[in-house]
Amino acid sequence: MGPGFRRDGKGQFARRSLTVCQYACALSINDTLSAAVSIGFHGLAFAMVLYLISVGLSVTMGLMGFVNLAHGVFAMAGGYVLTSLMSRWAVPFVPALLAAAVAVSLASIPIERVLYRRLYGGEELDQVLLTMGLVFMSVAGATYVWGPLQQPLQPPQWLSGAIDLGVRSFPAYRSFLILCGAALVTALWLGIERTRFGARVRASVDNLRMAQSVGIDTSRLFMTTFALGSGLAGLGGGLGADLLAINPSYALQNLAYFLIVVAVGGLGSIRGPFVAALLLGIADSGFKYLLPEFGAFFIYTLTMAILLWRPHGLFGRA
Amino acid sequence: MSAPALETCGLHKSFGALTVANAVDFRLERGARHALIGPNGAGKTTFVELVTGALQPNAGQIHFDGADITDLPQAARVKRGLVRTFQITALFRRLSVLENVTLAVCERNGIGGGLFRPAGHHRAAIEEAHALLEQLELEDDALRPVNMLAYGRQRLIDIAVSLALSPKVLLLDEPAAGVPSSESGTIIEVIERLPSDIAVLIIEHDMDLVFRLAQRITVLVQGSILVEGPPDAIAADPEVRRVYLGERRLG
Amino acid sequence: MTPGRAVEAFARRHRYHPLEALPWLASIAAYFVFPEYLALGAQILATILFALSADLVLGYAGIVTLGHAAFFGTGAYIAGILAAHGGGEPITGLLAGATAAALLGFLSGLVVLRTTGLALLMQTLVVATLVAEGANKASFITGGDDGLQGMEVWPIFGWFRFDLFGRTSYAYCLAVLFLCWLAARQIVGSPFGRSLTGIRENVRRMHAIGAPVARRRLTIYTISAALAGISGALIAQTTQFVSLSFLSLERSGTVLIMLIIGGVGRLYGAFIGVPLYMIAQNRFSEFDPVYWYFWIGLLMVLVVVFARGGVLGIFDRFRR
Repeated sequence: MGPGFRRDGKGQFARRSLTVCQYACALSINDTLSAAVSIGFHGLAFAMVLYLISVGLSVTMGLMGFVNLAHGVFAMAGGYVLTSLMSRWAVPFVPALLAAAVAVSLASIPIERVLYRRLYGGEELDQVLLTMGLVFMSVAGATYVWGPLQQPLQPPQWLSGAIDLGVRSFPAYRSFLILCGAALVTALWLGIERTRFGARVRASVDNLRMAQSVGIDTSRLFMTTFALGSGLAGLGGGLGADLLAINPSYALQNLAYFLIVVAVGGLGSIRGPFVAALLLGIADSGFKYLLPEFGAFFIYTLTMAILLWRPHGLFGRA
Repeated sequence: MSAPALETCGLHKSFGALTVANAVDFRLERGARHALIGPNGAGKTTFVELVTGALQPNAGQIHFDGADITDLPQAARVKRGLVRTFQITALFRRLSVLENVTLAVCERNGIGGGLFRPAGHHRAAIEEAHALLEQLELEDDALRPVNMLAYGRQRLIDIAVSLALSPKVLLLDEPAAGVPSSESGTIIEVIERLPSDIAVLIIEHDMDLVFRLAQRITVLVQGSILVEGPPDAIAADPEVRRVYLGERRLG
Repeated sequence: MTPGRAVEAFARRHRYHPLEALPWLASIAAYFVFPEYLALGAQILATILFALSADLVLGYAGIVTLGHAAFFGTGAYIAGILAAHGGGEPITGLLAGATAAALLGFLSGLVVLRTTGLALLMQTLVVATLVAEGANKASFITGGDDGLQGMEVWPIFGWFRFDLFGRTSYAYCLAVLFLCWLAARQIVGSPFGRSLTGIRENVRRMHAIGAPVARRRLTIYTISAALAGISGALIAQTTQFVSLSFLSLERSGTVLIMLIIGGVGRLYGAFIGVPLYMIAQNRFSEFDPVYWYFWIGLLMVLVVVFARGGVLGIFDRFRR
């Protein structure tokens, strides 16, 4: 079950099973456009969050060949740090967000060095079990420290309410999310294309052995990439606390979605997960708006179909 | 003249702009001892993968023993007797030497998928596998797991597994690669002792080995056949020297 | 070693060993020694079957799956729905559950087994989630969130009634487990089973020796699904209840944990890991489920890092 799908009462079929066409025809064109814009907007916001969280996973899985089911824990940690800093110590939003990203990034380094590194090139089952174990521990740890309830995010004054563009108004926080996400994504893409570090990452993802023989310190590269990816996840988790609720079971609840973004996008790809996140975000929003009962079905079936057609993802390499 | 053991006509493979096999016409005669040489990246292993069916060509045909096998899957080609070894040892690492070879024997005689009788009941298969080990002087390690043996022995086991499939054509991909010189002698002897009815194609970089074993040599450069002929002609060919043997002087 | 000796030793390695009677003797003894725990015991036996089925796919064929609960839950629901609609004959329910699960295994295997690695893992997760969603949506049959109500399981062979003390359940589960184990044991020791380890060890080489790899993987996947379906049906019939948790990711993950504790790929890992896990869970999660999650997570991490072969692996190290 993906986030945002609440079952009504007894989980029965919705009475109204209108198709998109019937729905659209029953309303005016204006309303349809409005619906489309809403779906697009919210879908984009969700996509940004999913992408920021999952891009790190994609790169590290493509780079280290490591199945990291615990990646969601970093996103969750980012959310917890952000909400705690803001609610307990009244740290303003932006510094708290940055602090969350940095804290998660730094905390991820010992985990990579001490645990993950042992299993690089090892058996997939080991990696699945190790990271599952970490997820379980995170669930217990989060419950112990913060309790079982969701941590709500109180967006700052300047981001609450709506932005009125005349024709229509958009929620301010989600608009910020989209802009922030777009900026980060651009910075990321530029970074991977233009910097030496980015070049090293791309080379290593492409052919690890060659990269090593050319003198790239792959061990350091793994560590840095992992830290960056985790930091981004923490950032995404914090930013998206409003969309993906921060609670102890976060890593388990959202695991499927993160994995879908990465698997459909293609391991090791930077752009692939963005396309996948867009597809997922828009599909999720669209169905929530029009046919809430069937969103999960559609998304999972689509994932299966895409993976059958392209087992390595849309932008992955064989 | 009888059909060659293996023949490719216009075999072509490209990945986008990169052509790894350029309309290759190749013949391997029955009982041949043929070597395929060329600089790194010439496409030798790719050629083996195309021929064995691990890779699909963009164009061209492959004929085995007179029959067109271009559309046959890899397993079917193996059943007909087209067998390869691997450049980087590909064995069942945690299984014993005897088990490795027995698996191949069982697949060959079609009992590999048997669900009902215990594996141990198929004595004939096990004994055949063991006899093969004896031929290659590997019987002392029969029950040891493969990953505990020296690399040179592993390369021999690789050959044993291939022989267990009763090949008509054997493609040896760098059989002595990575093997210390103290152990490579055994490998060379084993190859020399291969039955004369098997057609053998060896891909190798070790020139001593090539000139010792091959009756005919094909030189592959960037996916195309540069020249083909008996060892003396190849050794004397200035083009070959320039393209390939010249590299050795630098290396 | 003389050739005759090596061949003999090799041929004999799958012969039944006297030690293999131990789990069955222990199970029979437990029937008399722990009469208050027979209900739990029945659950343990049924779960051993589930873990066994997962071991065939995971430990022998090397297919890492996060969706094995889909087959377990399917078997459970089919047996349960039959029992709730007047078809309470237990053996029939068992066979129906097995068939449904096998069908699901075959069809999903056709799709899922085309891939390897992460894509395969994803596909298994997707299949399981789709089945769970389907069961949730079809709540008019499955009971949805509330679970399947109104199951009535008839006495076995018309004679052995399912009693409150779990005596019938225990014996029933033991008998079914024994038969299924016999089948699994036979498969593992057959040439087919040996070829599975080949597929696990080096799939490229299996292709290169002419083995029909895809067919073999699909076959074991289907067989494993059937066994998982039987175990689900057993749990359904002995607890007279089925819920959506039977299809959950947690259920799929838990069976992996139980296997790794005992040791993967050795058939008996299930017999060790499942009781250890379930008895510990029975004891500790009563106190505080949060702590249970923490310690089991920690155990998984420690096992992977230090004791990769599980309990059986530790035994091996002592033997050497």
